[in-house]
Amino acid sequence: MAAKTEVPVVETKDLYAGYLPGVNILNGTNLYANKGELIGIIGPNGAGKSTFLKAIFGLVKVREGSITLNGDDITGLKANQLVARGVGFVPQSNNVFPSLTIEENLQMGLYQRPGAYAERLEFVTGIFAELGKRLKQRAGSLSGGERQMVAMSRALMMDPTVLLLDEPSAGLSPVRQDEAFIRVSEINKAGVTTIMVEQNARRCLQICDRGYVLDQGKDAYTGTGRELLNDPKVIGLYLGTLGS
Amino acid sequence: MKSTGLHVGEIKPGVAKKDPILIADHVRRQFGGLVAVDVEHVEIPRNAITALIGPNGAGKTTFFNLLTGFDQPNEGKWSFNGKSLANVSAYRVARRGLIRTFQLTKALGLLTVMDNMKLGSTEQLGEKLSASLFPLIWKKKEKEIEEKALEILQRFKLDTKKDDFAASLSGGQRKLLEMARALMTDPELVMLDEPMAGVNPALTESLLEHILGLKAQGMTVLFVEHDMHMVRHIADWVIVMAEGKVVAEGAPDEVMKNPAVIDAYLGSHQDIDLGTVTGRITLPKISKEK
Repeated sequence: MAAKTEVPVVETKDLYAGYLPGVNILNGTNLYANKGELIGIIGPNGAGKSTFLKAIFGLVKVREGSITLNGDDITGLKANQLVARGVGFVPQSNNVFPSLTIEENLQMGLYQRPGAYAERLEFVTGIFAELGKRLKQRAGSLSGGERQMVAMSRALMMDPTVLLLDEPSAGLSPVRQDEAFIRVSEINKAGVTTIMVEQNARRCLQICDRGYVLDQGKDAYTGTGRELLNDPKVIGLYLGTLGS
Repeated sequence: MKSTGLHVGEIKPGVAKKDPILIADHVRRQFGGLVAVDVEHVEIPRNAITALIGPNGAGKTTFFNLLTGFDQPNEGKWSFNGKSLANVSAYRVARRGLIRTFQLTKALGLLTVMDNMKLGSTEQLGEKLSASLFPLIWKKKEKEIEEKALEILQRFKLDTKKDDFAASLSGGQRKLLEMARALMTDPELVMLDEPMAGVNPALTESLLEHILGLKAQGMTVLFVEHDMHMVRHIADWVIVMAEGKVVAEGAPDEVMKNPAVIDAYLGSHQDIDLGTVTGRITLPKISKEK
């Protein structure tokens, strides 16, 4: 397993966060992602997986603990400041502007640096070739899988150093799910440190370098994807035996 | 455990069933120029678990909406237990014993989880000022409903959340509440729209046992799902939709061998470790022989 490098790209220390006063969803979550790693986060329903990503991205107030990006403290920064620092986030649902075209959606991802559009578009359409041919189509007319591609592309427009993905395979047909995972893997190989939350745990662990099992807001288990896939405790509590 | 011999004659799309609970004929729904659903003929076998699969945008959810009165088709007829359901409004369809759940959950956020469950019960006596003065009349029923709700919630691992607002549940938990609430009505046919999307795998597995239990009690289940392990595990029959039409039917193992289904829906990586596809790991050859 890749040990923590001196300055990980993202590191959270004893993170506490929640929505209602007095109720913490995250109860001291620790995680690190080294440069170029693909990290998978799995866990039961209500474990705080989505909340964790939102906390990193400044959408949920952190009550205690710290988040660092390349060694700099980013705890409490707003989402727009984080985007400028190179953090990209793809939410679970409602993640495209349906009334805008694909092109406009991509431009939205780059509003802080519009000059780089042509160059970034080339990179993004290199990974998502089919989008390049349909730039004028309205995002609202796309299927679920296509929207997911647009949302990921938009996050990639800013040339992020780290990409946060919330269930990129949700609601997709099996062939599209596999495609989504392969794309995520490609994005990661292009040098983007990626942290993904997934419910399709087996597929996620198959492609990720390291995984974390989140339970009740704490990182209960961690290891390489392979270790977690074969860990009897993780199988019993979380993965189940169907499809093994 | 699996029911077999459900069909009559040669297996082809639209094949007749021995004892159909739901029959649809020439059901067609158009949105402008787009034909979302164009089902010539399909029958759902009684007291069996049928899976409806197909690519994104095949019209599965629209077909659900049409069958349950949430949307009206441009043409076509369909019947439940031999009685036509055309122009029957959604709540009356539910009263006849056909309950559905939604892919995008519709939990009532500002009610507690328990109140959501109680609302699903068909045994509610209703509120009357005169009756409210005599708790004896309704106390017993209320308690029965609550016990039943609690039992179902336990199975869905939501019992600890029973006094929380439904709005405070996570996405997956809302999905579970939706399914739990549908079961409060003791339906004859329950139609589940992607019931396990967003539910963690271990809990999915225990809920599958529950669904098999429903069949044992005599219920019929029709579900849309992208999780092929689930389909293989519990479905007695599989119907494949693509571009609004029923394109294949049959027993799960047979359907999943169909090259057209693999090509358009399952994909070629279905049983392959994605680690090898993406070049992240090179598996020793032994694992292929397994």
